[in-house]
Amino acid sequence: MEILVILVPLALMLGGAGLVAFLWSLRSGQYDDLDGAAWRAIADDEPPQEAPAKR
Amino acid sequence: MHVTRDFSHYVRAAGEGVQHIDLAVEGVHCAGCMAKIERGLSAIPDVTLARVNLTDRRVALEWKAGTLDPGRFIDRLEELGYKAYPFETESAEVAEVAESRFLLRCLGVAAFATMNVMMLSIPVWSGNVSDMLPEQRDFFHWLSALIALPAAAYAGQPFFRSAWRALSAKTTNMDVPISIGVILALGMSVVETIHHAEHAYFDAAIMLLTFLLVGRFLDQNMRRRTRAVAGNLAALKAETAAKFVGPDEISQVPVAAIHPGDIVLLRPGERCAVDGTVIEGRSEIDQSLITGETLYVTAEQGTPVYAGSMNISGTLRVRVSAASEATLLAEITRLLDNALQARSRYMRLADRASRLYAPVVHATAFITILGWVMAGASWHDAIVTGVAVLIITCPCALGLAIPTVQTIASGAMFKSGVLLNSGDAIERLAEADRVIFDKTGTLTLPDLEVMNAADIPAEIFELAGRLALSSHHPVAAAVAQAASARSPVVGAVEESGQGVRAVVDGIELRLGRPSFCGAEALVADATRLDPEASIVAFGKGSEKFILSVRQGLRPDAQAVIAALKARNIGIEILSGDREPAVKAAAHALAIPEWRAGVTPADKIARIEELKQRGAKVLMVGDGMNDAPSLAAAHVSMSPISAAHLSQATADLVFLGRPLAPVVAAIDASRKALHLMRQNLWLAIGYNVLAVPVAISGVVTPLIAAAAMSGSSILVMLNSLRARSTSREIA
Repeated sequence: MEILVILVPLALMLGGAGLVAFLWSLRSGQYDDLDGAAWRAIADDEPPQEAPAKR
Repeated sequence: MHVTRDFSHYVRAAGEGVQHIDLAVEGVHCAGCMAKIERGLSAIPDVTLARVNLTDRRVALEWKAGTLDPGRFIDRLEELGYKAYPFETESAEVAEVAESRFLLRCLGVAAFATMNVMMLSIPVWSGNVSDMLPEQRDFFHWLSALIALPAAAYAGQPFFRSAWRALSAKTTNMDVPISIGVILALGMSVVETIHHAEHAYFDAAIMLLTFLLVGRFLDQNMRRRTRAVAGNLAALKAETAAKFVGPDEISQVPVAAIHPGDIVLLRPGERCAVDGTVIEGRSEIDQSLITGETLYVTAEQGTPVYAGSMNISGTLRVRVSAASEATLLAEITRLLDNALQARSRYMRLADRASRLYAPVVHATAFITILGWVMAGASWHDAIVTGVAVLIITCPCALGLAIPTVQTIASGAMFKSGVLLNSGDAIERLAEADRVIFDKTGTLTLPDLEVMNAADIPAEIFELAGRLALSSHHPVAAAVAQAASARSPVVGAVEESGQGVRAVVDGIELRLGRPSFCGAEALVADATRLDPEASIVAFGKGSEKFILSVRQGLRPDAQAVIAALKARNIGIEILSGDREPAVKAAAHALAIPEWRAGVTPADKIARIEELKQRGAKVLMVGDGMNDAPSLAAAHVSMSPISAAHLSQATADLVFLGRPLAPVVAAIDASRKALHLMRQNLWLAIGYNVLAVPVAISGVVTPLIAAAAMSGSSILVMLNSLRARSTSREIA
């Protein structure tokens, strides 16, 4: 049962990592536009720009 | 006169020399639009960000400060085929978004804790019947406590706060039994863990919070979405006014940037966006949105004008006054305040349920403790059993029963064009058994229609429409719209107060007053047919025609009235308009009960009278004069074209030209109420089964967890049935 000493903290760390990832995604506004995100995934890539944007 | 557009009110600095503006965009609905807009706007030099939000139908734009005029973005979007309006987030919406995010954070924390505590609980449950060492069990319990206690302290905040508010106000709500249950379950589990006991309820307590947070989040999200749509609609109305910034220079500015004392220009065909007094000019104005009266009123120096009035013929200069100065508004505001105060505080179904529920549950737990002590059990065992009763009866399914149905029903209503202003509107709408309609703008459409278009030869009508494009008069605009005219007649001249004339191929065309076109002879006939309509004459050489223009009924008004009658709902019309106009509408719709020339105070009196008789009144109205009665009625609805005050007062707002959303909303809400009741019964039924088990003292954490998730899932699945709302009328 000594394996618990490794497994339990490992499990908690994985769970905690999931939580941190969720909170980060929430903070960075990834749930603000769920409809748009669904479409963006299948939208064509932008064609490469012919010339670098002139300023 | 030089006109500029001024959007500086909406632009805000986004740090580091970057400026930001949000635009609400009409007609964005797919990935194609999204890509087109983003590419189109990014192509403008110096734009640093152009991002479409497809959910909210908005575009966020950022650019290097001082390089671009925001008006350019709107022009660019216009070229791309989209109408865009600068957007200002209301404070109410900001608050809803913040609350929604907070609940989602709580939900994330609670879900994380539930999953990890469950992971620790399952070995304990299976270990209790096999060979788990007591030390291992204690270790797992302590670990569970370590996760569950901070998580519950954080994720339970929405419930604890609300329960505390209710208790400080000496009332109770659903959150009081929830908070007591969670706190007692956690407290008892800690004590049990210290005493090396077999059972701890960390898992049940934290799972309860997770399920309840799901319900809470759904509820909140529904409100947030409604706010976003309502905010967009407000922006799309683009309320601007032409403000004088110099003696001869005007600037088109948003209403929010106009202050009392400013002078604005009101041109023919424009809707007034401010309250004020005419200081120069003479014109006819249409005040139907304020009083319900469709006859035009003459405005001259000193006449008060209200936001929502349509200017018909001449140009006016208006000095803006503070809202309270206008006498008519003051009267309506006073009535509205009284009605709002008298509005019987409707108790939501959930609160009514919990008012009955909480005392019963707490009494049961208390009696259980006393019963076990009298039966000879130790105080410790008796209290453990009592707390188990509280945990098992914690209104988990009860907390989900109503929000889940509400979310799904409001989604169904949203699809049929109805927005909810208040959460309990669904429950109140389902009870309505009498509908009072206002006429002007509610049964009829706010815009004018040509009633006899079919009687006029198509090419003549088209020509009249093209000529009408050269006039600012709203009646002319209606003719142009009806003829779907696009290209104006070249060389058309408008004679103020008379009409428009032009010469095409040597033939003179005239559109305007019958006297201006030499068509007086035809007027008598037309007036006899339809005394309420405005008459416009069109002359092509010696051929004369008469167009009769008026506000038409909503296209499906008859079908809707019939559908309401079929549902055994009483209908009547209360209108501020004159008798002939109301009588005609009532006749066309076969509504026997109608009153004309009703003042706002009379409307309230009629609603009170119906209330006395026990009727639950749904008031549907749009005018400023309807606002007090909208507040006085049991539940109220407004079209989106309604005056601001009315829209803010109404419980529901419906979109578009048809009246069908009224029936759709009633149907959806009735179905939803039925499901809410059913869900409450399901939840109570579950408790009736589970409580005897809990009282007998054989509940283990495993049973508690299984019963809780089982009942919650059952209630959620039942709620999904609210999706299939019948959409058609009849």
